Order: sequence, then structure tokens, then C-alpha cells
Amino acid sequence: MADEKDPSTPKPPAPGAEPAAVGAPPTRPPDTAAAHPAGTAAASTPPLPTPPMTPATGPAGVQAAPAPRSNAVSGVAAAAAAKPAPAAATSAKSADAEGVSRRGFLKWTTVGWVAFSAACTSGLVASTRFMFPNVLFEPPQSFKVGFPSEYTVGEVDTRWKDAYGVWIVRNSEGFYALIAVCTHLGCSPNWLAAENKFKCPCHGSGFYKTGVNFEGPAPRPLERARIVLSDDGQILVDKSVKFQQEKGEWTKEESSLKV
Amino acid sequence: MATAKPPEPFLSRTWDYITDTQLWKSVFRHGVPSTNRNRVLVVMTNVFLHLHPVKIRKSGIRLKFTWCMGGLTFFLFLVETFTGLLLMFYYRPTVAYAYMDIIDLAEQVPLGIMRELHRWGAHAMVISVWLHMFRVFMTGSYKPPREFNWNVGVILLVLTLLLSFTGYLLPWDQLAIWAITVGSNMARATPVLGYEGPGSQLLVLGDVKMVHSGSDARFALLGGRFVGEGALLRFYVLHCVGIPLVAGILMAVHFWRVRKDGGISGPL
Repeated sequence: MADEKDPSTPKPPAPGAEPAAVGAPPTRPPDTAAAHPAGTAAASTPPLPTPPMTPATGPAGVQAAPAPRSNAVSGVAAAAAAKPAPAAATSAKSADAEGVSRRGFLKWTTVGWVAFSAACTSGLVASTRFMFPNVLFEPPQSFKVGFPSEYTVGEVDTRWKDAYGVWIVRNSEGFYALIAVCTHLGCSPNWLAAENKFKCPCHGSGFYKTGVNFEGPAPRPLERARIVLSDDGQILVDKSVKFQQEKGEWTKEESSLKV
Repeated sequence: MATAKPPEPFLSRTWDYITDTQLWKSVFRHGVPSTNRNRVLVVMTNVFLHLHPVKIRKSGIRLKFTWCMGGLTFFLFLVETFTGLLLMFYYRPTVAYAYMDIIDLAEQVPLGIMRELHRWGAHAMVISVWLHMFRVFMTGSYKPPREFNWNVGVILLVLTLLLSFTGYLLPWDQLAIWAITVGSNMARATPVLGYEGPGSQLLVLGDVKMVHSGSDARFALLGGRFVGEGALLRFYVLHCVGIPLVAGILMAVHFWRVRKDGGISGPL
């Protein structure tokens, strides 16, 4: 409401102080005077007090307060009320025609860009998170491979290779789990029982039953996975913990299961 | 570019250096759009701005006149494209997986709201397309020289509805299967091309009917005699690639036509 009163301030000069409006401030002040209230009325910004003051260098603008009342009551909307005063009227009109003050424009542009940037950022974060599912449809890293008594000493067990990608080897001392990934470029080697070796079909790397490489381009032995006995007596293999021979890790406790 | 001179000499020199590189000048081909010539050049040489009218009537940006429905429809299309793209990373269009993946999307994948965004966006797009059409009709914006663009718009409306229809099947629940069963049954009655439609009995070679339940329009749509694996895959491909592709091209034409026909039509 207060906003709407102000635009009409230029009006009072019309009846009484006609000369003041026309002559004293050489058209420039009224221009700014009208532009501000009109814009602020639209954007409803608070800094109303100052703008109306500035043009009122002469007495005309200030003393006007009571008069506009009647005008406001007559129900004319904000800037449109400024019709009567000739000088102020035209300037008020131009401000109204533009409809947006510099201050209001900047304010809403800022609000708009901030909101837009926030929306884009949160959208980006959300869709990045979306790409990392909570549930995977792939074999677990840690799994049970039956009881120790199911294995024959000296044999490479290939039962779990398709499902979990490991060979369980039983030797006279116990068990170890070889990860079925070639150390050359990551293909899956095969266990060739007749030749007593692992052979990679991609580039011909060969590994002994222990997993140590002896032919082809593979630079290092196959990796072993953590292997322990679980509470129910089954063998538990955990691929998330790996042991590498060249780092001397095959001597570590859980790299093999002694029985 | 060099006109915007920062006060700091070092910054100014750096700025000059950057804006003088071939890389910079290959991207920003014109100076700051502070002159009319530069403004026009910037618009004319940018493919996105080029689709948009160079100048818009003041009345054109009034909410009261356009309701923003055309722009809103386009925005919703972009939302659908983006969320749809994300959904495609998880959804497999096979009888064995489709429904499971929908459940997975809602309950396991982060932001289970993604599918709902896609669904609600689709509903909103159909509504906004209708409102856009209504506005264009009520403001007489279909009249010459815009009658061609009205027709492009009508095709886009049909494509929007077809996008909705094809998307309807993808959740592969009972609602989806029976809705598409019912919906596609209409194709049986297609004149000449539907085996229950008028005129189809005319297409015979001796005793052999050319149009039967295994060769008519409905069969082509479903890739089978009932809504099964074939229908799911066909609807998926149409929904994700076929229709959006055509709609995208027509949208470019639609926007470009607005520009060529003199921008958004003025108020009555």
C-alpha cells in the first residue's frame, strides 16, 4: 500500500505548485522521481523513502503527502495515478511502459540465475549419484566354497571359476584360491589338467599350478585371494583381499589355508 | 572482447592474451554484443539462438499471452529426455527383466524418484501440449502465414501422445500389458491394413488372404499376435529412439518456423 502512495507524489504539483513541476527542476529530476516509484511498486522493494526525496529538490515534491490520498482511494493503480502533472506524467508513463526498474531487473535476474544454478547443480549431483546403484547384480566378492573334505589333494578345482572367477587348489599342506585373471591383460586363463598348467587363450601366458608364470607375456604370477575357514566349517574365499607373490605376500597367514 | 578492460594491469594483460588466442577466437567469433551489428552476428552464428527469433515482441513475453506453454512443453521434453536417458542405464526391455528393473529403479537404485519424475513429466507434457494448442487456437496464431507451423504442431501433438502410449507398456505390469492390448486392438480395425478393418477382404490372391492376424497393422505394431516380447522391444525402441528422433527434428522445424513467420504472433 505504501508503495502505491508514492508514485502519486508527483501528482500534487498539478493543482497548486504547477510552476515548480514545470520550471524549477528542469525535467530531469521528475524523470528519476517517477521512474523509481513506478519500478519499486512493481518489484515491491523497500528503498522507497529515498527515491521520491531526491527529485523533490524544490518544495513541490515533499509537501505533497496529503493530497495523493484521495487519488489512491479513487482506486487508480500505482503509476497510472500520476496522470495530471504534465511533466511528471510523461516520465511516469515511460517508466510504466518499461514496467521494470533497473534495481528490480537486477534483483530478479540475480534471483533467477541463483535459482537456475542451484537447480542445475543439484540436478547434476543427483544424476551423478544415480549412476552408482545400491544393489549390484553380480557375484559377491566373498563367498563359501564347501567343506575342506570335498577337495582332493593335488587337484585344481574348477567348479567355482564360472560363478566367482577363482580356482581352489588343494595341495598336501592345505588350500589356496587363485584369482582367474591373467596378469598380462586381464583375460581368463583355463586350467589344462593334461599339461598341468594354466593357459591364457588370449596371448598364450602360462602359469604353474602354484600360479607362478613361466611362459608368454604375463609379467607376474596370478594373484591369490584371502581364504579362511568360516564358522560353519566351510571354506570362505574373499576376493576383496588379494595376495601377490612378487610382493612376498603369499607367505601371509590368510593367503592359504593350512590343514 | 578486449573492450572490457580490467583495471589491474596484470589481469588486463592476461585477459588480452587469453582473448587473443586462436582457441578463444574460434569459440567467441564476435566482440561483446554491445552494438547492433554484434548482437545480430552473435544470434545469426549460433545454431541454438538461430532457431529462436532474433527479436521478440514485448507482448510475446507476457505470461498472459502465451502462458509459456510452448516453452514449457519443450522444457518438459528435455526433462523427459534427460530422465529417460538415466532410466535407460538400468532398464532392460525383456519380459524376464523389465518389471524387475522397474521395481529395482524404485527401491534400490539411488533416487527412486527418477522414474516418477519421468512419469509425471510425461503427464505434464501431454497437458501442456494441449494447453499450448488451445492458446494458439484462441489467439488465432494458426492463421496465415502460420498455418504450416500449425500442422507441424499437430504432428508433434500426435508424436507426444505416441510417446505416452509407447512408454505406457514399458513398466510391464498388468496395467501396462492390458492397456496396450486394448489400445492396439484398435489397429485391427484399420481400413484395408487391419484384418478386421473394412476393405481388408479385398486384398486377396486367389484363396489366400493377404491381410490376416499375422500380417496386418497390429502385427506390425506388436511384432506378434499378442502383447509379448516382440511388442515390448518394439515399443522400447520406438519410445527411446524412433519417436524422439522424429519429434526432435520436427521441433527444430517448429521453432525455426516461428522465427520465419515473424515471431510469436501479437495479441488480438
